Amino acid sequence: MTNLHTLRRKTVNVVMLTVTGLCTLFAAGTLVYILGYLFVHGATSLSWDFFTKLPTPVGESGGGMANAIVGSGKLLLLASLFGIPIGFLGGVYLAEFGGNTFSYIIRYVTDLLNGVPSIVIGIFAYTLIVLPQKHFSTLAGGLALGVMMIPIAVRSTEEFLRAIPNSLREGAMALGASKAKAILTVIIPAAKNGIMTGIMLNVARVAGETAPLLFTSFGNRYWSSGWEQPISALPVMIFTYAIAPYEDWHKQAWAAGFVLLSLVLTVNIIARAILSNKKHVAR
Amino acid sequence: MAATPTTVTTSAGPARPAQGYWQRLRGGDEAAYLITFMAAASILAITGLLVLELYANSSTSRGKFGWSFLITSTWDPVNDQFGALPFIYGTVVTSFLALLMGIPLGVGAAIFLAELAPPKISDGLTFLIELLAAVPSVIYGLLGVFVLIPILREIEPYLKAAFGWTPFFSGPFYGVSLFSAGVVLAVMIIPFIISISREVIMSVPGDQREAALALGATRWETTWDIVVPYAKKGIMGSIFLALARSLGETMAVTMVVGNDPKIKASLLAPGYSIAAVIANEFTEATGQLYTSALIELGLVLFALTIVINGMARLMIIGADKYKA
Repeated sequence: MTNLHTLRRKTVNVVMLTVTGLCTLFAAGTLVYILGYLFVHGATSLSWDFFTKLPTPVGESGGGMANAIVGSGKLLLLASLFGIPIGFLGGVYLAEFGGNTFSYIIRYVTDLLNGVPSIVIGIFAYTLIVLPQKHFSTLAGGLALGVMMIPIAVRSTEEFLRAIPNSLREGAMALGASKAKAILTVIIPAAKNGIMTGIMLNVARVAGETAPLLFTSFGNRYWSSGWEQPISALPVMIFTYAIAPYEDWHKQAWAAGFVLLSLVLTVNIIARAILSNKKHVAR
Repeated sequence: MAATPTTVTTSAGPARPAQGYWQRLRGGDEAAYLITFMAAASILAITGLLVLELYANSSTSRGKFGWSFLITSTWDPVNDQFGALPFIYGTVVTSFLALLMGIPLGVGAAIFLAELAPPKISDGLTFLIELLAAVPSVIYGLLGVFVLIPILREIEPYLKAAFGWTPFFSGPFYGVSLFSAGVVLAVMIIPFIISISREVIMSVPGDQREAALALGATRWETTWDIVVPYAKKGIMGSIFLALARSLGETMAVTMVVGNDPKIKASLLAPGYSIAAVIANEFTEATGQLYTSALIELGLVLFALTIVINGMARLMIIGADKYKA
């Protein structure tokens, strides 16, 4: 009897442990499979023209996405100019001056903003810029992406500033530095690596955003000059080309997916390497 | 008469503090405080403005349809009839499917990575899985269209053979469907569930495990009866975060859901989601009522994700308190 009971428990043990192992294998396997597929398919669809030429009209083969690559760059620049200062300074406030009800509210609202679906942020930028101006523009797209950058910039800045030991703050103040001076010349430089890494990750995340651009920067099959015209971006091109019925466009979509994903993953891997190095030093 | 003393006090009153204030400002402290405070306050203002814009710009639609917007299922831009039900249905069903597939796989994998796998393998796999959380959603959409849908076409006859007697797996299958969207979403949320759940499970104190093992429990009994209940709140939090993400997911769903605003029992039929209809129809929307109805859909989606995120937050905070 006892033996049978033990046997049952042992069997359950082995079976369930195997099941969790299979779950892991299945999850990791699926993910590796699809990414492997993308890399193989994308790399073979890629050509030099992709980086140097404009999209060709329907039916004509060849062409590239040079305008979309530059467009993504311009949008990210605008987004960074808007989102990073607000996010960074907000993070400094929370880490160095916070501790009251107001900072509790700010933290809560930042989390809330982080949870807002990207398409809703797109509507926000649309009502704010596109609707009054009555035309799509680079500016509106940049604003949408910038708003998306704020919450993560706040959180990462606050986290890295908080990781700086208090003795540094006290030391600076004991030497007669004002609080502002201590923050500016001691604390922020000490947290510089972490904050920069956080910003890099933030830009990489926003670089892949498509939904907020659909009706703000809209898209453009030609070069876009200045900040007032519609502009194309790499993720939007992937979407447009993937759902179009042309074989040739699908190939371009794979190539664009490959380029975008390579960029995003490279930044993520570098950032993680920097952060894990720092952890080892701290220990 | 009454005004004179008031003017005197206000003009004389702040004079002294203003001087001190000016000095502190020159010292930099007050300036630093003010600048960072304004940045923080602007986050509040931006979020407030976002809610206000959504609310104000959906007024035409809210005025015309009222609450019935949420429970009618006619979406007819030509005749200016707008009801959100098919989109709410599609959003809820695809997210539910994603959770149905994602929770067992994600939590199972998290248990394995936290409790059983050797640390080196666990760290390596977790690194890989967390990297997948950084993949842009449009890439998942691309893979959904060209990789997942052909695979689903292959296994669809087996699904029908097994579950064809239920209304959920009946009718023709075109590839794009609620089911396909559910699978893509599941693949997208699994990394979230794994990485957060693993952290939570790993933070369960070791003496809990040792005590159970010392009492003669098997490895699985220790994990399932002791460790997982201890980490339950955090795991639930990770699931709610994943749910919030899948509710608001736009691109991947838009590309595989089929974009058909009808409510059908069959999961193999094409459907639609709130985010997808906004993405597809916003630029084509003619007339104020049409745009306003789409913005109201945005408001609904906003409210939905705020509630779910709030619940996730409460649970994760609860888990933290429990830990401390």
